[in-house]
Amino acid sequence: MAATTTARPTTPATTSTSTPAWSRWANDHRKWLFAAPAMIFVAVLIIFPVAWTGYLSLTDAEGSVRAESEFIGFANYAEVLQDTDRFWPAVMRTVVFTGGVLLVEVVLGMAIALLLWRPFKGEKWVRVAILMPLVATPVAVGMMWRLIFDPNIGLANTMLGWVGIPPQPWLAGEKTALATTMFIDIWQWTPMVVLILLAGLTSLSDEPQEAALIDGATAWQRFRHITLPLLMPTVVVAILLRGIDALKTFDILYATKGKGGGSFHEVETLNVYAYGLSFDYNDYGVSSTVLIIFFLIIIGSMWALTSRRKDAA
Amino acid sequence: MAGATTGTETDVLRQSVIGTSLAVAAAVGLSACGGGGEDSAGSKTVRVTLANHVWTENIKKALPEFEKESGLKVELTQLGEDQLSDQYNVKLNAGTSELDVMMYRPLQEGKQFAKNGYLADLTEKVKSNQEWDWSDFQPGPVQATTYEEKVVGVPLITEQEVLYYRKDLLEKAGYTNPPKTLDELKEMAAKIQAANPGVAGFVARTGKSPAVTQFSSFLYSFGGDWVDESGKAAVSTPEAKEAYAFYGGLIKDHGPANVSTDMGWPEAMAIFTQGKAAFYTEANSLYKNATDPAKSKVSDTVGFAAFPEGPAGSKPYSIPSWALGVNEASENQDNAWKFIEWATSKAQTLENQKAGVPGGRTSVAADPEATATYPKDLVEANAAMAQNSVGHDRPEVVKVAEAREIVGQPIVDAITGKDAAASADAANEAFQKFLDDENK
Repeated sequence: MAATTTARPTTPATTSTSTPAWSRWANDHRKWLFAAPAMIFVAVLIIFPVAWTGYLSLTDAEGSVRAESEFIGFANYAEVLQDTDRFWPAVMRTVVFTGGVLLVEVVLGMAIALLLWRPFKGEKWVRVAILMPLVATPVAVGMMWRLIFDPNIGLANTMLGWVGIPPQPWLAGEKTALATTMFIDIWQWTPMVVLILLAGLTSLSDEPQEAALIDGATAWQRFRHITLPLLMPTVVVAILLRGIDALKTFDILYATKGKGGGSFHEVETLNVYAYGLSFDYNDYGVSSTVLIIFFLIIIGSMWALTSRRKDAA
Repeated sequence: MAGATTGTETDVLRQSVIGTSLAVAAAVGLSACGGGGEDSAGSKTVRVTLANHVWTENIKKALPEFEKESGLKVELTQLGEDQLSDQYNVKLNAGTSELDVMMYRPLQEGKQFAKNGYLADLTEKVKSNQEWDWSDFQPGPVQATTYEEKVVGVPLITEQEVLYYRKDLLEKAGYTNPPKTLDELKEMAAKIQAANPGVAGFVARTGKSPAVTQFSSFLYSFGGDWVDESGKAAVSTPEAKEAYAFYGGLIKDHGPANVSTDMGWPEAMAIFTQGKAAFYTEANSLYKNATDPAKSKVSDTVGFAAFPEGPAGSKPYSIPSWALGVNEASENQDNAWKFIEWATSKAQTLENQKAGVPGGRTSVAADPEATATYPKDLVEANAAMAQNSVGHDRPEVVKVAEAREIVGQPIVDAITGKDAAASADAANEAFQKFLDDENK
């Protein structure tokens, strides 16, 4: 404290001699010093792994990353981009999964948020109930739905049986598995969209709505021309957050269908594919290549969405 | 603006704040180092990583005895099969010294680990103790834990494929004996299924990769194998095609309705133990799941029989499913060995065998006390199969996981009613390419 200078009256004190050199150095570089922890964090946990993955993608590393590997340029990229057996179908599934769940989650989330917008009796209980899926662990959720959707002993088919509908294969079906996992994702993550949109809705001013009411606008007109445009920035945030998450979905897919996204790779998205390449095949070079391409796809879609957000704002 | 004095005071204040925060940061850093420093003195602690298995549960109960005898402390990590593989992949890739003893699957990861230099050479150690007696271990399992003439692991658990069946359902259908041949199996499965709605005639693993090992006995009994004598891919031979069609057809026609193609043993076992299937082919080491009343609704009606005969006879696999190895990078290899020596001793192997987990020791296998608690028909089945078994249950390659997916494809194609023969041709081509790649 300021006392440093006055506490030692015997020393003919000036600030420069009483403070040690390292302290003065620290003071001169304080903007770096305070930013350092965050910068080191980013460097160690983000930049280094990405750069290392980028490097691995240019080598033929396999078996062990410590084993000798050769630098092979972009050969992995050529191989992966020509792979119509696993890679491109995985890209397609990633796009279908993300696009599908996003569309349903935003539309459904908007509908629920609008319902919860105005105060009503028992509001708190309804909100808590709706948010329940959000706090459950995705792996546990996957296991739970796997049991419900079991073709032979699952609850879903038992209930269908009550109304006379024949049992469905659900997760076990080659063609129905992806749609079923999308349903699970929608079940779990729509509440998050509701939460974000509800926050946006409550911050909206009532005045434009009242003005429109006086002018005789219908409920749909008020939603279409007032609520939605005003809420647009929030909607974009919801799409952005949920979209990135949906692209990276792994836990639900792995918990319900296991390695390789099932025996026919029914739910193998890019993330599941890359995991299999490194953890099952120990093919680190190719796996890194897929991850780098995936990374670029995520960055690209994020960029597209944020530029859209600026337009909306 | 403020006067000169105030300016200096703020500067001083600011500097001492920075100084204090740096000192705090340094202190935190130092104390963190202090915490980490204890490891170097930890050579009395052996870090053991084990899989979730009945064996592990048994050995855990005996651990205090070992700790008392040896004066060592055992730090145990226990994981499911998949998590175990992932842990090894990450940690061994990083060259960790944090693992000392590793429970691993010789036929799954063994070659890969040995090739990568993850497993310490135990050749000297296994031969050093006459009383422990390395020569007591069965030759098949020993071969699987030996890499380039170096011993890299000690076989822990051995298993064969047997037929699990429901005595009550067979009796009801008028059968007095379990099927002797695969054709009889099919016929009986069909008859029982027709007479008992909601009960499948047959169930087995259906997942592309998990099914491979249990399909292997079918393949061998039809006269096929994964590769031929010259090391070429052999999954499209007429024998192999017949085997694929038979296994897939059995599940498609007589398996559970809407059968999933993702089933490993937990799912298939669940169907059998819920009383939803009459026959089930599976590893005998898992029999406790079917006979334990806490886990199985059919504990009092389950029977066991030798693997049925195919055109080439009854040729089930007989393999060491798990072994113990030492991490090459471990700084505590001698103590790690002490643990292995104890865990695979005659006494512990006998204890485990009595509790239902067969080990790899000849002397224990011959000891009537070891199988006294087993179901009688299981003992007979095991004995009957000892003669003509095959020593591997999956392709013997380095990248086993990838190979299993290739040779497993025709299984799931056959189950889902696709052209299994065409699928076997495609699989053979892919498998040959895989072999060429690996032998490059």
